[in-house]
Amino acid sequence: MVMASAVSSNVVVLVGAVFLASAVEMVEALTIVVAVGYTQSWRSALEGSAVALLSLGALVALVGPALVHFPIDVLRLIVGAVLLIFGMQWLRKAILRSTGLKAKHDEDAIYQQTVATLSTGTSSTPRDRMAFVLAFKGVFLEGLEVVIIVLTLGTSARHLSLAALAALAALVVVGVVGVIVARQLSKVPENAMKMTVGVLLVSYGTFFGGEGLKIRWPGGDTMLIVLVAIYAVVTWLFVARLRVLAASEPAVAP
Amino acid sequence: MKASSSWALRVVRGFARFWWDLLVGDTPELFVAVLLIIGVVALASLTGHDNMLAVILLPTLSVAALGASVHRAWRGLRRR
Repeated sequence: MVMASAVSSNVVVLVGAVFLASAVEMVEALTIVVAVGYTQSWRSALEGSAVALLSLGALVALVGPALVHFPIDVLRLIVGAVLLIFGMQWLRKAILRSTGLKAKHDEDAIYQQTVATLSTGTSSTPRDRMAFVLAFKGVFLEGLEVVIIVLTLGTSARHLSLAALAALAALVVVGVVGVIVARQLSKVPENAMKMTVGVLLVSYGTFFGGEGLKIRWPGGDTMLIVLVAIYAVVTWLFVARLRVLAASEPAVAP
Repeated sequence: MKASSSWALRVVRGFARFWWDLLVGDTPELFVAVLLIIGVVALASLTGHDNMLAVILLPTLSVAALGASVHRAWRGLRRR
Protein backbone atom coordinates (compact mmCIF):
# COMPACT_ATOMS: atom_id res chain seq x y z
CA MET A 1 0.00 0.00 0.00
CA VAL A 2 2.79 2.40 1.08
CA MET A 3 4.88 1.24 -1.90
CA ALA A 4 1.97 1.82 -4.28
CA SER A 5 1.34 5.35 -3.00
CA ALA A 6 5.09 6.15 -3.23
CA VAL A 7 5.17 4.98 -6.84
CA SER A 8 2.02 6.91 -7.78
CA SER A 9 3.24 10.12 -6.09
CA ASN A 10 6.54 9.72 -7.95
CA VAL A 11 4.61 9.42 -11.22
CA VAL A 12 2.47 12.48 -10.40
CA VAL A 13 5.60 14.57 -9.69
CA LEU A 14 7.22 13.30 -12.92
CA VAL A 15 4.18 14.07 -15.07
CA GLY A 16 3.72 17.47 -13.40
CA ALA A 17 7.38 18.43 -13.88
CA VAL A 18 7.48 17.39 -17.55
CA PHE A 19 4.09 18.94 -18.35
CA LEU A 20 4.84 22.33 -16.74
CA ALA A 21 8.42 22.57 -18.04
CA SER A 22 7.26 21.64 -21.55
CA ALA A 23 4.38 24.14 -21.39
CA VAL A 24 6.70 27.01 -20.36
CA GLU A 25 9.13 26.29 -23.22
CA MET A 26 6.28 25.82 -25.71
CA VAL A 27 4.70 29.15 -24.76
CA GLU A 28 8.03 30.82 -25.61
CA ALA A 29 8.24 28.97 -28.94
CA LEU A 30 4.61 29.78 -29.73
CA THR A 31 5.25 33.49 -29.07
CA ILE A 32 7.94 33.51 -31.77
CA VAL A 33 5.75 31.59 -34.23
CA VAL A 34 2.78 33.94 -33.62
CA ALA A 35 5.04 37.01 -34.04
CA VAL A 36 6.38 35.64 -37.33
CA GLY A 37 2.90 34.62 -38.50
CA TYR A 38 1.19 37.95 -37.71
CA THR A 39 3.91 40.22 -39.05
CA GLN A 40 5.31 38.20 -41.94
CA SER A 41 3.82 35.00 -43.25
CA TRP A 42 1.78 32.29 -41.55
CA ARG A 43 2.90 29.83 -44.20
CA SER A 44 6.62 30.37 -43.46
CA ALA A 45 5.96 30.34 -39.70
CA LEU A 46 4.09 27.03 -39.88
CA GLU A 47 6.60 25.48 -42.31
CA GLY A 48 9.52 26.49 -40.05
CA SER A 49 7.70 25.04 -37.03
CA ALA A 50 6.87 21.79 -38.84
CA VAL A 51 10.48 21.25 -40.00
CA ALA A 52 11.72 21.99 -36.46
CA LEU A 53 9.27 19.45 -34.97
CA LEU A 54 10.35 16.82 -37.52
CA SER A 55 14.04 17.48 -36.71
CA LEU A 56 13.31 17.12 -32.99
CA GLY A 57 11.43 13.87 -33.66
CA ALA A 58 14.44 12.49 -35.56
CA LEU A 59 16.74 13.53 -32.71
CA VAL A 60 14.58 11.76 -30.12
CA ALA A 61 14.45 8.61 -32.29
CA LEU A 62 18.25 8.70 -32.53
CA VAL A 63 19.19 9.52 -28.93
CA GLY A 64 16.25 8.07 -26.95
CA PRO A 65 16.91 4.33 -27.41
CA ALA A 66 20.66 4.81 -26.80
CA LEU A 67 20.02 6.48 -23.43
CA VAL A 68 18.04 3.48 -22.19
CA HIS A 69 21.19 1.31 -22.53
CA PHE A 70 23.37 3.75 -20.56
CA PRO A 71 24.48 2.56 -17.03
CA ILE A 72 21.67 3.80 -14.79
CA ASP A 73 23.86 5.13 -11.93
CA VAL A 74 26.06 7.19 -14.27
CA LEU A 75 22.97 8.41 -16.13
CA ARG A 76 21.28 9.44 -12.88
CA LEU A 77 24.38 11.31 -11.68
CA ILE A 78 24.68 13.26 -14.97
CA VAL A 79 20.92 13.84 -15.13
CA GLY A 80 20.88 14.90 -11.47
CA ALA A 81 23.65 17.44 -12.03
CA VAL A 82 22.01 18.85 -15.18
CA LEU A 83 18.59 19.08 -13.49
CA LEU A 84 20.10 20.74 -10.40
CA ILE A 85 21.78 23.42 -12.54
CA PHE A 86 18.74 23.83 -14.76
CA GLY A 87 16.29 23.93 -11.82
CA MET A 88 18.35 26.39 -9.79
CA GLN A 89 18.59 28.71 -12.82
CA TRP A 90 14.78 28.65 -13.19
CA LEU A 91 14.22 29.11 -9.44
CA ARG A 92 16.69 32.01 -9.21
CA LYS A 93 14.98 33.83 -12.06
CA ALA A 94 11.48 33.13 -10.67
CA ILE A 95 12.47 34.34 -7.17
CA LEU A 96 13.91 37.61 -8.56
CA ARG A 97 10.79 38.11 -10.72
CA SER A 98 8.33 37.48 -7.91
CA THR A 99 10.03 40.18 -5.83
CA GLY A 100 9.77 42.66 -8.72
CA LEU A 101 13.52 42.77 -9.36
CA LYS A 102 13.09 41.43 -12.90
CA ALA A 103 10.34 41.90 -15.47
CA LYS A 104 7.67 39.19 -14.95
CA HIS A 105 7.11 38.12 -18.54
CA ASP A 106 9.48 37.26 -21.36
CA GLU A 107 6.72 36.94 -23.94
CA ASP A 108 6.18 40.63 -24.71
CA ALA A 109 9.95 41.16 -25.09
CA ILE A 110 10.28 38.03 -27.27
CA TYR A 111 7.36 39.17 -29.46
CA GLN A 112 8.79 42.70 -29.91
CA GLN A 113 12.31 41.36 -30.56
CA THR A 114 11.07 38.94 -33.24
CA VAL A 115 9.04 41.67 -34.94
CA ALA A 116 12.06 44.02 -34.82
CA THR A 117 14.32 41.34 -36.36
CA LEU A 118 11.84 40.83 -39.20
CA SER A 119 11.41 44.55 -39.86
CA THR A 120 15.19 45.06 -40.17
CA GLY A 121 15.64 42.11 -42.55
CA THR A 122 18.36 42.88 -45.11
CA SER A 123 17.68 42.73 -48.84
CA SER A 124 20.11 39.80 -49.21
CA THR A 125 17.82 37.68 -46.99
CA PRO A 126 14.37 37.18 -48.47
CA ARG A 127 11.64 37.96 -45.91
CA ASP A 128 9.95 34.55 -46.28
CA ARG A 129 13.25 32.77 -45.70
CA MET A 130 13.94 34.86 -42.61
CA ALA A 131 10.44 34.13 -41.28
CA PHE A 132 11.02 30.41 -41.85
CA VAL A 133 14.43 30.50 -40.12
CA LEU A 134 13.10 32.47 -37.12
CA ALA A 135 10.17 30.09 -36.63
CA PHE A 136 12.47 27.07 -37.06
CA LYS A 137 15.07 28.37 -34.57
CA GLY A 138 12.41 29.32 -32.01
CA VAL A 139 10.64 25.96 -32.12
CA PHE A 140 13.85 23.90 -32.40
CA LEU A 141 15.76 25.56 -29.55
CA GLU A 142 12.82 25.68 -27.12
CA GLY A 143 11.83 22.17 -28.23
CA LEU A 144 15.36 20.91 -27.61
CA GLU A 145 15.03 21.93 -23.96
CA VAL A 146 11.75 19.98 -23.79
CA VAL A 147 13.49 16.96 -25.36
CA ILE A 148 16.31 17.15 -22.80
CA ILE A 149 13.81 17.29 -19.91
CA VAL A 150 11.70 14.42 -21.31
CA LEU A 151 14.68 12.18 -22.06
CA THR A 152 16.57 12.83 -18.82
CA LEU A 153 13.59 12.65 -16.45
CA GLY A 154 11.88 9.88 -18.40
CA THR A 155 14.87 7.53 -18.63
CA SER A 156 16.04 8.16 -15.05
CA ALA A 157 12.58 7.51 -13.63
CA ARG A 158 12.10 4.55 -16.01
CA HIS A 159 8.91 6.18 -17.38
CA LEU A 160 10.07 7.51 -20.75
CA SER A 161 6.74 6.95 -22.52
CA LEU A 162 4.83 8.64 -19.68
CA ALA A 163 7.19 11.66 -19.82
CA ALA A 164 6.73 11.83 -23.61
CA LEU A 165 2.94 11.70 -23.18
CA ALA A 166 3.06 14.53 -20.62
CA ALA A 167 5.08 16.66 -23.08
CA LEU A 168 2.65 15.80 -25.86
CA ALA A 169 -0.28 16.84 -23.64
CA ALA A 170 1.51 20.16 -22.97
CA LEU A 171 1.96 20.63 -26.73
CA VAL A 172 -1.77 20.07 -27.34
CA VAL A 173 -2.85 22.35 -24.44
CA VAL A 174 -0.44 25.16 -25.37
CA GLY A 175 -1.34 24.78 -29.06
CA VAL A 176 -5.10 25.01 -28.38
CA VAL A 177 -4.71 27.90 -25.91
CA GLY A 178 -2.32 29.59 -28.35
CA VAL A 179 -4.88 29.45 -31.16
CA ILE A 180 -7.51 30.94 -28.84
CA VAL A 181 -5.50 33.69 -27.15
CA ALA A 182 -2.86 34.21 -29.89
CA ARG A 183 -1.23 37.54 -29.01
CA GLN A 184 -2.25 37.53 -25.34
CA LEU A 185 0.41 34.96 -24.42
CA SER A 186 1.84 37.28 -21.77
CA LYS A 187 -1.36 36.62 -19.75
CA VAL A 188 -0.12 33.09 -19.04
CA PRO A 189 1.06 32.97 -15.39
CA GLU A 190 4.59 32.22 -16.55
CA ASN A 191 6.42 33.06 -13.35
CA ALA A 192 4.28 30.84 -11.11
CA MET A 193 4.78 27.99 -13.60
CA LYS A 194 8.51 28.63 -13.77
CA MET A 195 8.80 28.62 -9.97
CA THR A 196 6.88 25.33 -9.70
CA VAL A 197 9.03 23.76 -12.43
CA GLY A 198 12.19 25.07 -10.73
CA VAL A 199 11.17 23.42 -7.44
CA LEU A 200 10.36 20.13 -9.22
CA LEU A 201 13.58 20.10 -11.28
CA VAL A 202 15.79 20.86 -8.26
CA SER A 203 13.98 18.14 -6.28
CA TYR A 204 14.49 15.59 -9.08
CA GLY A 205 18.09 16.77 -9.52
CA THR A 206 18.80 16.23 -5.81
CA PHE A 207 17.04 12.84 -5.80
CA PHE A 208 18.66 11.42 -8.95
CA GLY A 209 22.05 13.00 -8.20
CA GLY A 210 21.94 11.33 -4.79
CA GLU A 211 20.99 7.96 -6.27
CA GLY A 212 23.84 8.30 -8.77
CA LEU A 213 26.17 8.84 -5.80
CA LYS A 214 24.75 5.68 -4.16
CA ILE A 215 22.85 7.57 -1.45
CA ARG A 216 20.08 5.48 0.12
CA TRP A 217 17.24 7.99 0.59
CA PRO A 218 15.22 7.45 3.80
CA GLY A 219 11.72 6.33 2.73
CA GLY A 220 12.87 5.55 -0.82
CA ASP A 221 10.86 7.32 -3.56
CA THR A 222 8.71 9.08 -0.92
CA MET A 223 11.75 11.28 -0.22
CA LEU A 224 11.03 13.02 -3.53
CA ILE A 225 7.86 14.52 -2.03
CA VAL A 226 9.82 15.62 1.06
CA LEU A 227 12.42 17.29 -1.18
CA VAL A 228 9.66 19.11 -3.14
CA ALA A 229 8.25 20.39 0.18
CA ILE A 230 11.69 21.49 1.45
CA TYR A 231 12.57 23.40 -1.73
CA ALA A 232 9.07 24.97 -1.93
CA VAL A 233 9.38 26.29 1.64
CA VAL A 234 12.94 27.53 1.02
CA THR A 235 11.82 29.32 -2.17
CA TRP A 236 8.94 30.95 -0.29
CA LEU A 237 11.37 32.09 2.43
CA PHE A 238 13.78 33.56 -0.17
CA VAL A 239 10.91 35.45 -1.85
CA ALA A 240 9.60 36.76 1.51
CA ARG A 241 13.09 37.85 2.60
CA LEU A 242 13.82 39.65 -0.69
CA ARG A 243 10.43 41.38 -0.60
CA VAL A 244 11.24 42.73 2.86
CA LEU A 245 14.67 43.89 1.67
CA ALA A 246 13.21 45.47 -1.49
CA ALA A 247 10.57 47.32 0.55
CA SER A 248 13.16 48.65 3.00
CA GLU A 249 15.45 49.92 0.20
CA PRO A 250 13.53 52.30 -2.09
CA ALA A 251 16.69 53.03 -4.11
CA VAL A 252 16.58 49.55 -5.67
CA ALA A 253 15.76 49.64 -9.39
CA PRO A 254 12.40 48.01 -10.28
CA MET B 1 35.11 19.38 -49.12
CA LYS B 2 35.94 22.77 -47.63
CA ALA B 3 32.27 23.75 -47.53
CA SER B 4 31.28 20.52 -45.75
CA SER B 5 34.06 20.88 -43.14
CA SER B 6 33.06 24.49 -42.40
CA TRP B 7 29.43 23.36 -42.11
CA ALA B 8 30.48 20.61 -39.69
CA LEU B 9 32.51 23.12 -37.69
CA ARG B 10 29.52 25.46 -37.50
CA VAL B 11 27.30 22.63 -36.27
CA VAL B 12 29.85 21.61 -33.59
CA ARG B 13 30.27 25.24 -32.49
CA GLY B 14 26.50 25.73 -32.39
CA PHE B 15 26.07 22.52 -30.37
CA ALA B 16 28.79 23.55 -27.87
CA ARG B 17 27.32 27.05 -27.57
CA PHE B 18 23.84 25.64 -26.94
CA TRP B 19 25.08 23.53 -24.02
CA TRP B 20 27.26 26.37 -22.69
CA ASP B 21 24.29 28.78 -22.73
CA LEU B 22 22.02 26.13 -21.18
CA LEU B 23 24.28 25.03 -18.34
CA VAL B 24 26.55 28.02 -17.68
CA GLY B 25 24.90 31.08 -19.28
CA ASP B 26 24.79 34.06 -16.96
CA THR B 27 24.99 31.93 -13.80
CA PRO B 28 28.47 30.34 -13.85
CA GLU B 29 28.37 30.25 -10.04
CA LEU B 30 25.54 27.68 -10.13
CA PHE B 31 27.46 25.45 -12.57
CA VAL B 32 30.58 25.52 -10.38
CA ALA B 33 28.52 25.08 -7.19
CA VAL B 34 26.78 21.94 -8.47
CA LEU B 35 30.13 20.38 -9.47
CA LEU B 36 31.50 21.16 -5.99
CA ILE B 37 28.36 19.83 -4.27
CA ILE B 38 28.62 16.55 -6.19
CA GLY B 39 32.30 16.29 -5.29
CA VAL B 40 31.69 16.90 -1.56
CA VAL B 41 28.69 14.54 -1.39
CA ALA B 42 30.64 11.88 -3.31
CA LEU B 43 33.38 12.11 -0.69
CA ALA B 44 30.82 11.57 2.10
CA SER B 45 28.83 8.88 0.29
CA LEU B 46 31.30 6.87 -1.78
CA THR B 47 34.53 7.08 0.22
CA GLY B 48 33.28 7.87 3.72
CA HIS B 49 30.30 5.48 3.54
CA ASP B 50 28.37 8.06 5.58
CA ASN B 51 24.88 7.83 4.10
CA MET B 52 23.09 10.14 6.59
CA LEU B 53 25.69 12.90 6.18
CA ALA B 54 25.30 12.68 2.38
CA VAL B 55 21.48 12.76 2.70
CA ILE B 56 21.70 16.00 4.72
CA LEU B 57 24.55 17.57 2.74
CA LEU B 58 23.06 17.31 -0.77
CA PRO B 59 19.87 19.39 -0.24
CA THR B 60 21.54 21.71 2.31
CA LEU B 61 24.41 22.63 -0.02
CA SER B 62 21.96 23.03 -2.93
CA VAL B 63 19.87 25.50 -0.88
CA ALA B 64 23.06 27.35 0.12
CA ALA B 65 24.18 27.58 -3.53
CA LEU B 66 20.77 28.88 -4.62
CA GLY B 67 20.78 31.43 -1.78
CA ALA B 68 24.27 32.63 -2.68
CA SER B 69 23.33 32.99 -6.36
CA VAL B 70 20.12 34.91 -5.53
CA HIS B 71 22.11 37.14 -3.15
CA ARG B 72 24.70 37.79 -5.90
CA ALA B 73 21.96 38.73 -8.35
CA TRP B 74 20.28 40.95 -5.73
CA ARG B 75 23.54 42.84 -5.13
CA GLY B 76 24.10 43.21 -8.88
CA LEU B 77 20.60 44.63 -9.42
CA ARG B 78 21.02 47.01 -6.43
CA ARG B 79 24.19 48.47 -7.94
CA ARG B 80 22.38 49.36 -11.20
